[in-house]
Amino acid sequence: MGYRSNLEKALSERGFAVTVEIGPPKGCDPARIREKGEMLRGCADAFNVTDNQTAVVRMSSMAGCCILLGMGLEPVMQMSCRDRNRIALQSDVLGADAMGIRNILCVTGDHQCFGNHPGSKGVYDLDSVQLIKIIRDMRDKGVFQSGDEVSFGKPEFFIGAAANPFSDPCELMVDHLEKKVVAGAEFVQTQSVFNLDRFVSWMDEVCSRGLDKKVHILAGVTPLKSLKMAERMKFHVPGVDLPDDIFNRIKDSKDQMREGYEISLELIEQVKKIRGVHGLHITALFWESIIPSIVRESGIYHM
Amino acid sequence: MIITKQKELKDLLNRLNDKSVFIVGCSECATVCHTGGEKEVLAMKDVLQKKGVNIVGWVVLDPACNLNNDKRLLKKHIKELDAADKVLVLACGSGVQTVSEVLDKEVIAGIDTLFLGEIKRVNEFEKRCVTCGVCELDFFEDFCPVSRCPKSMLNGPCGGSVNGKCEVNKDMDCVWSEIFSHLKEKGRLHKLKCIVEPKDWSNSVCIDRRL
Repeated sequence: MGYRSNLEKALSERGFAVTVEIGPPKGCDPARIREKGEMLRGCADAFNVTDNQTAVVRMSSMAGCCILLGMGLEPVMQMSCRDRNRIALQSDVLGADAMGIRNILCVTGDHQCFGNHPGSKGVYDLDSVQLIKIIRDMRDKGVFQSGDEVSFGKPEFFIGAAANPFSDPCELMVDHLEKKVVAGAEFVQTQSVFNLDRFVSWMDEVCSRGLDKKVHILAGVTPLKSLKMAERMKFHVPGVDLPDDIFNRIKDSKDQMREGYEISLELIEQVKKIRGVHGLHITALFWESIIPSIVRESGIYHM
Repeated sequence: MIITKQKELKDLLNRLNDKSVFIVGCSECATVCHTGGEKEVLAMKDVLQKKGVNIVGWVVLDPACNLNNDKRLLKKHIKELDAADKVLVLACGSGVQTVSEVLDKEVIAGIDTLFLGEIKRVNEFEKRCVTCGVCELDFFEDFCPVSRCPKSMLNGPCGGSVNGKCEVNKDMDCVWSEIFSHLKEKGRLHKLKCIVEPKDWSNSVCIDRRL
C-alpha cells in the first residue's frame, strides 16, 4: 500500500511511532536546525517543526522543514491559524507539498498575547477543525475552501491535529477530537502528559467512542529540565496539567535534571501501555539534547 | 450598546496641547457608559480647566452619530466653536466621525470604542458583538464565539481553558464552556457534532446601507 509519508507507514505497519519536536531558532541561521536534526537523527520517525510557538517570532516552520528534508530527515510541518488567513494558509499548503513535505499538523495557535508581540492582531480566520477539513478537501477532492479547483497538482499530506486531554470539560475535549477526526485528521499529537489519571480517563472516553480505531494517537511527553521549567509549565503554559506530586519531586530533588529525566522515563513506561496510544510525541522545549538518551533507555524507537 | 472607555488624561492633554477646547458629549451609549454624558462632560471640563486648558464651551449631542442632529445642535454653539482650536468628542468612533464631518476643526477622540455589549448591571458591560456581518448565533445557542472567544473559534474550545475560564483572561468565562453547559442542560449536545464552515467575511466590506 502506498503511504504518503514514513510516519504514516510506521503508524500503519508498526503500529507505534515516535515524533520529536524541533523548535526553530529566533534567527535565520540554518545551522541551528541542522545541529538539532543531526543530534536527533535516529531518534524518531518524524520531526515536528513548530510554527511560531507560544506566539514568539522564529524561523518559519516551512523553512525549518526544508532544512530537515535536505538532511534526509522527515519533517512534520506545524501550521497555526493565528498568523495567516485562508488564502495564505492554502498557499503555504501548496508550497509545502512542492518542497516535498508530507506531514502537516494543524493547530489553532497560542494566543498572541502570550508571545513577544502582544500588540499584534490575531488572524484566526479559520480554526484548526476548518483548516484540517480544507487540507483534506484540497487533497481528496482537489478543491480550495472557496470551491475553486486545485489545478496542476493536488497536495498529498498525511494530516495531523493536536489534542488537549487536560482542558475541561473532558467530555467536550473528546467531542473536539472527534470533530477533528470527522474533519479529516489522521494522526493526533496530545498536550504533554503529566497527569496520568486524567490522561487515562480521556483515553477511555476516546476508546469507548472508537476514535482510537479512526486516528493514530501519539501521547505527548516533555522531560522537565529544572524547577524553573516545571514552574513555567505548571503555572504559565495554558492547557498544561502538572500535578503536585511530580512538581514536588522536581522541587525537592538535589539533581533536578536527573529527576526530570527519570520522571519522563516513568511516564513513557506507563503511557505506552495505555490502550489506544499509538506512539509518543516528545517535546523537549529547547532541551533536545536529552532526547537521544530518553529514546535509547526507554527502547521506544529502533532505527 | 456601544461600549466605550475614557482615554488616559495624560494622553488627552498631549493631544489637546494647551489649546482652546470645545467639548462634545453624546446622549446615548456614552451617557449610559458614563464616558460622555452631561456629568462626564462637566467633569472633563473641570479636570482640563485645572490643568490649564481653556474650555470655551460644551454640548451633549442627541446622539452624536446623527448627522442632521449634529448640524442643528452645533449651530447653536457657533460662537464658542469659532473660539475653539480643538474639539474634544466624548462619543464612540462613529460619533467622533459625524462631528468631524460637520465641523471644520481639529477633532480629538476622547474615548476608546471597545465593543458592542450588554449592560450586565450598572457600570458593568460585557462584549457581545463585533459586527462581523453574518449572524450565526443559532449555531451556538446564542453565545457568540466570534466576539466572545479571543480566537473566534467556531468548532469548540482551544484547549487552553481551565475551570471554565479563558486562557487569555482568567476573569472571563470561556464561551465554549458556556455553550457546552447550555447544550448539555437543554439536551442538545448533538449540535456540537456539526462542523461549522469558515465564516463568510464578505459582508464586512459593506460600508453603507440604504433603506
